[in-house]
Amino acid sequence: MYPITTAHYIALSAALLLIGTVGVLTRRNIVIILMSIELILNAVNINLVAFSQALHNLDGQVFAIFVITDAVAEAAVGLGILIALFRNKETVLADEVDLLKW
Amino acid sequence: MNFLDLIWLIPLFPLCGALLMLLFGRRLDPQPVSEVAVAPGVEHTHGEPGHHHDHGHSHTHDHPHEHTHDHGHDHHHGSPLKILVSLICPGMVLISFLLSVGAVWQLTETPGRIHQLIQFTWLAGLPFHMMDGRLATFSADWGFLLDPLSSVMILVVTGIGFLIHVYSTGYMAHDNGYYRFFGYLNLFIFFMLMLVLANNYTLLFVGWEGVGLCSYLLIGFYFQKKSAGDAGKKAFIVNRVGDAGFILGMLLMFSLLGTVRFLDVNAALRSGHFHAETAGFGVLSVMALLFFIGATGKSAQFPLYVWLPDAMEGPTPVSALIHAATMVTAGVYMVARSAALFQLTPQTLNIVAGIGAFTAIFAATIGLVQNDIKRVLAYSTVSQLGYMFLALGVGAYWVAVFHLFTHAFFKALLFLGSGSVIHALGGEQDMRRMGDLKNKIPITHWTMWVGSVAIAGIPGFAGFFSKDEILWQTYSSPAGSKMLWIVGLATAGLTAFYMWRLMNMTFYGKSRVAPEVAAHIHESPPAMTVPLILLAGGGVFAGWLGVPRAWNLSERFYTFERWLEPAFASAATEAARGGAHDASTEWILMGISVAVAIIGIVVARYFYHHRPQTPGSLPRSLKPLHGLLYNKYYVDEFYDFLFVNGLCKGGGKALGAFDRNVVDGAVNGAGWLTRFSSRASMWWDTWIVDGAVRLGSFTVKLLSYPVCILQTGRVQAYALFVVVGVLVFFGYYLAGK
Repeated sequence: MYPITTAHYIALSAALLLIGTVGVLTRRNIVIILMSIELILNAVNINLVAFSQALHNLDGQVFAIFVITDAVAEAAVGLGILIALFRNKETVLADEVDLLKW
Repeated sequence: MNFLDLIWLIPLFPLCGALLMLLFGRRLDPQPVSEVAVAPGVEHTHGEPGHHHDHGHSHTHDHPHEHTHDHGHDHHHGSPLKILVSLICPGMVLISFLLSVGAVWQLTETPGRIHQLIQFTWLAGLPFHMMDGRLATFSADWGFLLDPLSSVMILVVTGIGFLIHVYSTGYMAHDNGYYRFFGYLNLFIFFMLMLVLANNYTLLFVGWEGVGLCSYLLIGFYFQKKSAGDAGKKAFIVNRVGDAGFILGMLLMFSLLGTVRFLDVNAALRSGHFHAETAGFGVLSVMALLFFIGATGKSAQFPLYVWLPDAMEGPTPVSALIHAATMVTAGVYMVARSAALFQLTPQTLNIVAGIGAFTAIFAATIGLVQNDIKRVLAYSTVSQLGYMFLALGVGAYWVAVFHLFTHAFFKALLFLGSGSVIHALGGEQDMRRMGDLKNKIPITHWTMWVGSVAIAGIPGFAGFFSKDEILWQTYSSPAGSKMLWIVGLATAGLTAFYMWRLMNMTFYGKSRVAPEVAAHIHESPPAMTVPLILLAGGGVFAGWLGVPRAWNLSERFYTFERWLEPAFASAATEAARGGAHDASTEWILMGISVAVAIIGIVVARYFYHHRPQTPGSLPRSLKPLHGLLYNKYYVDEFYDFLFVNGLCKGGGKALGAFDRNVVDGAVNGAGWLTRFSSRASMWWDTWIVDGAVRLGSFTVKLLSYPVCILQTGRVQAYALFVVVGVLVFFGYYLAGK
């Protein structure tokens, strides 16, 4: 068995970031986009925790908790906006909401 | 008492009377409202048969005095105000007359018989350049000049004016506007006295215009009647034509002589600096002609006489005072006053004589066929004024003034007599509805008889002396000619004829009076008959002041000529006297003129008395001629065609076209120009100003276009940009390592 090193964590984190980013950019459904943003945030969390463990510094973990809190708040606000949007526009697709332009 | 220094009071008294009447008369005259609406006046009551019976108490003139009280309707006649007016107005003129008599009496003792009284400068201080370049000051005095000429005039104006005032108190007794009538009459006397007493042309012109105003007011006295108002306007307007000439003459005089004071003007003209313009028509001739044009207007000479016959619309005393005795002679007075000027202008004098002679015979022929008693007298007046101008034209100034003097008596007498006839007949003026009045109104008849004899030129009566003197001067004076004499002689015959036609139709023969009028024929009250009798006395004796030279009487009988000598003292009178006095020729001419007058009387008597059917048949056989005369040579129609319709209406049309095309055109053009410029301005705004603004915005828009396409509104696109941006920075960072 190979020991799980920091590089693994970073690789996982990079994969999650990539998946999240691609999800944000390519999916039309705003719920999916919000989920993809969660992936990106969690990729960051993994990164923070991995380096916290590797460097024996708890700061990273504290940061991770902040990020989780932040993600919760962000999800709440995002879903709130989503519901308001749906009530007005009867849609949850991001590319159909494009009024805010020149 | 020095009357000579009080001559300024002479015009003042009638002015006071006029102001009293015109300012306070209306308030004092208690007129019932209903009566104001009743058309007053004698002149338009005929044509209402049964008038007496139905409205016997009417206020119109026809109402007999003695019946007034029977009808118990005397409040108008006997009202205290009327008595007051009857005392004040003639009284003022009487005071003027007495002052005049006193002044003239004292003038006889004045050396040179000239008295000038200058009270103050009335128009002052306008410097101007005279014709010869000298600087002079335009000024006119408020001054009075009493000399033989003006003394004759003031005596005539105040004396005859007083008699006519007295007459009017009877004649106008039943008219409304009694105070108004006397106010105007007194105002007239005031202006007439200013006219004859003025010491310069400008002040004379004030009086001249003032009497014209009063004439207008009194002709239109019965203003409810359209014809009276029209006649007043006609008189006023026709006179304006003449007055224009007067003003121009006056201005020319100012610019040539630098003064308009009579004495200065005469002195300048007689100084020898100016020579008689025998050869051509120089500036003096033009000046004299302009003055004469003024005189033709006021004195009703040929081209401008048309207003005088129409002026008979006024009350009869007005016709007597203004349109026979005084105002119409103002032109004669003015020319006589300018004798020094006219004497230097033989060419203009010839025109004066020609116009005078032509007017004399022209008006006399019209007078032959008129049926209105006052119109016959009106044409007679025009004709007699023509005589006066004939005398002026041949240089016999004193004779013109002499005829003016005698004419004032007998023509005032004739007019007042005709007024008395009209009064007796209840307003009837048509001689075809008169006849056989001799015994019904004897005083009127005899006084008018005297007047007719006087105007016809029967020896011993006033008209004979003056007319004969005119004819003699016309014949003998170097300025006169046989041709003019023949015209004058023919006029004398015509005068005798039309006067006897008038007498016969009015007083003799069969009565043609309407029966309902005939019942009320009555002699006029003493207020009217006494002036008639006094004037008749004048008509007899006034002429004895200037008997013919051939009669060779004592110097007393030549008073008039002697008296006026200083006024015309110059070569003028010498020329007029015509050198040697040929007594035998004068006797022969006198005989001829008397014979002509008698023939005229006899023919008229024959036609209108012995053969009453002839006057009816004659017009039929001579229809074109009679029509021509009856219609006054169609002069009025001609003037209507030429001036009233032609010049005024045509001119009105031309002015209308001018207004429409030129004035409106200018306005419209200005409007069009504004519209055009506003359009240009709008175009500028739209394309240049707005264009510049829009170009800016367009440029901004153009530049913003690439930016616009980045901003799609799609959130994911923005996210992509962020990612790409991060990657670019990342790549840059890595590459930089």
